[in-house]
Amino acid sequence: MVSAAFAFLLLSGFVFAAVNGTMAEVNEALFQSMEQSVQLALSLGGVILFWTGVMKTAEAAGLVRSLAAIVQPLLSRLFPEIPHGHPVFGFIASNMAANFFGLGNAATPIGLKTMRELRRLNEDRDTASRSMITFLALNTAGVTLIPTTVIALGISHGAENPADIIMPAFLATILSACFAIIIDRYYAHRRNR
Amino acid sequence: MAAWLIPLIIAVVIAAGLYREVNIYTALTDGAKEGMQTWAAIVPHLVIMMAAVAVFRASGAADWIAGLLQPVTSLVGIPPEVVPLAIIRPISGSATLAMLDQIMREFGPDSYIAKLAAVMQGSTDTTLYVLAIYFGAAGIKKTGDALKIGLLADAAAFIAAVFAVAWLL
Repeated sequence: MVSAAFAFLLLSGFVFAAVNGTMAEVNEALFQSMEQSVQLALSLGGVILFWTGVMKTAEAAGLVRSLAAIVQPLLSRLFPEIPHGHPVFGFIASNMAANFFGLGNAATPIGLKTMRELRRLNEDRDTASRSMITFLALNTAGVTLIPTTVIALGISHGAENPADIIMPAFLATILSACFAIIIDRYYAHRRNR
Repeated sequence: MAAWLIPLIIAVVIAAGLYREVNIYTALTDGAKEGMQTWAAIVPHLVIMMAAVAVFRASGAADWIAGLLQPVTSLVGIPPEVVPLAIIRPISGSATLAMLDQIMREFGPDSYIAKLAAVMQGSTDTTLYVLAIYFGAAGIKKTGDALKIGLLADAAAFIAAVFAVAWLL
């Protein structure tokens, strides 16, 4: 899928340049991009390193665990299939908390463990269970407190207020997560009929 | 307001660390080391994807598609310049980061289009990638409604981004 997206962008660009007579611009942009991408990578580096440091400290100070403890009681309503008090609730809460703090490296292994556990609960079938779909709806909605790389990009371009996108981005991500839960419910209801 | 948020979060984290008697300096540097791995993993994707995005934009293909979609997108209030970003977002985070970089270069980082594109990028995740990894690891073949829900939620985030930017910025 990523290959298809890459090929589409590149090849449609070349075809368009051939038809439109913009091949000189394309050639220049191609080599410019290689220089720009390394500059971009360098300017992103500082923010990513620093912020991962802060968020790992939050984890060491128990903040991720506290958030997971707050979320956990709400989860039994979202995942009615999972038996009460099952340890997988803890995994789901930890995954959500780690994602919230932008700790993708910590969130993914817990998420994978969650999926294997959910499969066991679903008698090892190779069909996605309702719980899995709900769990992934929450994950793909991408609820994050601080969109670090986007802010870093703003900083590198000299934005006046690079952090001012935090609030609107947070609002949009919360709304889309709520919407994801609602349509997840709707589809689950339709499947059961 | 936004200027206070990041210092506040850092202060809370450091205070909590001191309270729980965490060696905060070691935690920060260990975390930064992990961030370095994340960063190193992104760089190749960024370099490769940025080349494709640069060709796509410089050829005029991006403008052409944007012009084609204008009648539809103007109904929802989404500027056509951010439409390619919305389409590629669920597939590749690096490609859209490259697009965002190009948009900031062309329109300026404080322009409406750049802010909207930044909010769209920041409020969504790479849905297809997440699904592929999670279902792949669990060996799930029939994925049900997961893709539909993920993509619909992404669309909702894009439309919510338009309103959130209008309201909060």
